[in-house]
Amino acid sequence: MTGQLQIDRLSLVFRTRHGAVRALEDVSLSIERGEILGVVGESGSGKSVLAYAVIGLQDPAAEVLGGRILFGGLDMLAASEQARADVRGRELAMIFQSPRTALNPIRKVGRQIEDILRQHANVSSGELRRHAINALARVRIPDPERRYHAYPFELSGGMCQRVMIAMALACSPFLLIADEPTTGLDVTTQAVIMDLIRDLSRSARMSTLLITHDLGLAGEYCDRIAVMHAGHVVEVASVEKLLDHPAHPYTQQLLGATPTPQSTIEGLTAIPGQLPDLRHDLPACRFSARCARRVAACEERPLPWVSIGPDHLVRCQVPL
Amino acid sequence: MSFVWRRLLGTVPSLIGVVVVTFLLSHALPGDPAAYFAGPAANATSIAQIRAKLGLDRSLPVQFLQYIVDLVHGNLGNSLTTGQPVLTDLIQRLPASIELTFFALAFAVVIAIPMGVWAATRPDSLADHFCRATVSVAAAFPTFFVGLLLVYVFYFLLGVAPEPVGRLNEILYTPPARVTGMYTVDSLISGDWQTFLASLAQLVLPAISLGLFALAPIARITRASMLQALGSDFTRTARAGGLPRSKILVTYAFRNALLPVSNVLGMVFSFLLGSNVLIEQVYGWQGIGAYAVTAVLASDYAAVQGFVLMMAVLYVLLNLLVDLLGTMIDPRVRFES
Ligand SMILES: Nc1ncnc2c1ncn2[C@@H]1O[C@H](COP(=O)(O)OP(=O)(O)O)[C@@H](O)[C@H]1O
Ligand SMILES: [Mg+2]
Repeated sequence: MTGQLQIDRLSLVFRTRHGAVRALEDVSLSIERGEILGVVGESGSGKSVLAYAVIGLQDPAAEVLGGRILFGGLDMLAASEQARADVRGRELAMIFQSPRTALNPIRKVGRQIEDILRQHANVSSGELRRHAINALARVRIPDPERRYHAYPFELSGGMCQRVMIAMALACSPFLLIADEPTTGLDVTTQAVIMDLIRDLSRSARMSTLLITHDLGLAGEYCDRIAVMHAGHVVEVASVEKLLDHPAHPYTQQLLGATPTPQSTIEGLTAIPGQLPDLRHDLPACRFSARCARRVAACEERPLPWVSIGPDHLVRCQVPL
Repeated sequence: MSFVWRRLLGTVPSLIGVVVVTFLLSHALPGDPAAYFAGPAANATSIAQIRAKLGLDRSLPVQFLQYIVDLVHGNLGNSLTTGQPVLTDLIQRLPASIELTFFALAFAVVIAIPMGVWAATRPDSLADHFCRATVSVAAAFPTFFVGLLLVYVFYFLLGVAPEPVGRLNEILYTPPARVTGMYTVDSLISGDWQTFLASLAQLVLPAISLGLFALAPIARITRASMLQALGSDFTRTARAGGLPRSKILVTYAFRNALLPVSNVLGMVFSFLLGSNVLIEQVYGWQGIGAYAVTAVLASDYAAVQGFVLMMAVLYVLLNLLVDLLGTMIDPRVRFES
């Protein structure tokens, strides 16, 4: 079984003046072809760091301590920068939070799509424009011929995110990484954008790594979900299993803190405590300080991967 | 196009302000112009006569109106030192200074912008510190000292620079027919390559002496705005799209950095134009800086007033130009207001 993307025991630290930030430790994940995998966790749990490591855009202060990232057949961490740049935008694409600032403010959006096409697609310069307009039409932007000439500041946030998606999908990548693509957009626009991402991934058999802090959103749009906490992946399972039978206490608390159509404000519970400071010495289980089920075994290293069913893994000594 | 008109209209208040200030300035300057004009042998009656002749005995508002009327007719008064209308003097000499300033700025831009870009791509590296140190040192030396040093080394010792006798060695060359008043341009217009090269050679040392001063602000703003652009979300998007480094650097980062840079260029230009007095003295350059110094030393009020007014107007026009340039760089500016 080789997935589209396979992350094996990835550990990454940031060397800063105030010490090493252990942002990722032993992170393993894989995505199958055509699958939508959600990565969920509170802000600061390392989701973006993981995404940047995959696409090879991590901060210069980042140092990979170990592990592998295999994309297609390519070992992303060992590959040359040239090889990685060649994959980016063509086979592996990414969209971001705050789409308005993610687009070049002084370049027509159509031209920005053309930049990507010119770099990666086998399109003659005469055809570039038509392809760019097609890309805009594909993300259901009304009147794409006119929007081709628009600058980002003339478009709404949701429209900018569509342009970002059009850009990301212009070369029909195998994997799309979407880092909080709808955070900051209003609820209606959020649904439109998410439907768009889902439809396009389904129709193109494209894999999607959807990063969000919103477990409800992930539950609605993903096939599988990985829960992250303080640089650890603590649980991976299909959506149904994860939502109905969470095995990690953190997942359970996340669920308790996620509003559903049935829940009331009183029914929601906040997650006690906060993320540990990643610069300090950390216990084997980084959740133990916040965990009510803590036992002596939680101190033991290494933190185990416990399989509690087909395709359901949890990193906990005493799973639920 | 209506945008241009709006901006042009927007300069009107500043121009009015400029006129009021220059008018008041002439009244704030120490000394009595009437006594000065009358000369040392004058008595009270002849001073009063001259005062009446100059219109200085009338009330301030009336004088101001008269000043406006004169301005509208292009009458800036006569210069005591040259005996010519101030306007004629200024028009005669301004192109020399503009030419010098332009070349100084061009020199500074050609060095400082690549330096700033280079430093921004490797912040806090040795190269970055080296760039910063170099431009700071260049700005730290007094301009006239640099001017003299360059003359000493390149003319006196090495003999590679022409004699610092001003804009053109008129023993060897005749100035080109006047079109713009700038020798390099005019000699090109008349197709006189010899004179073009000669006037260009005369420009090199003064332009460098003056331009060294501008390296620091231009390099600094370029570095800062490039750093900001390179760290921005849209640069990240470009990198995530696998665009080549050169494309990211130029089309994405540099073009965005250009707006603050062009603003600073405008400021530096007018600053250089006003501050090339010393360089003009060192190189015998017949520009407005030298003119203004002579006028101030001789208490030549009309000339000083004309000089200040012209500089202020130039400053306003330059700002307008920078604004218009900004709209070409950044579409957002076009839609503002
Ligand atoms: N460039 C960096 N230098 C130092 N620490 C960083 C850097 N980028 C991220 N971090 C740290 O890594 C952790 C994870 O951050 P991030 O992946 O952005 O969280 P999120 O899950 O909200 O996307 C945080 O503790 C953050 O402070
Ligand atoms: Mg994030």
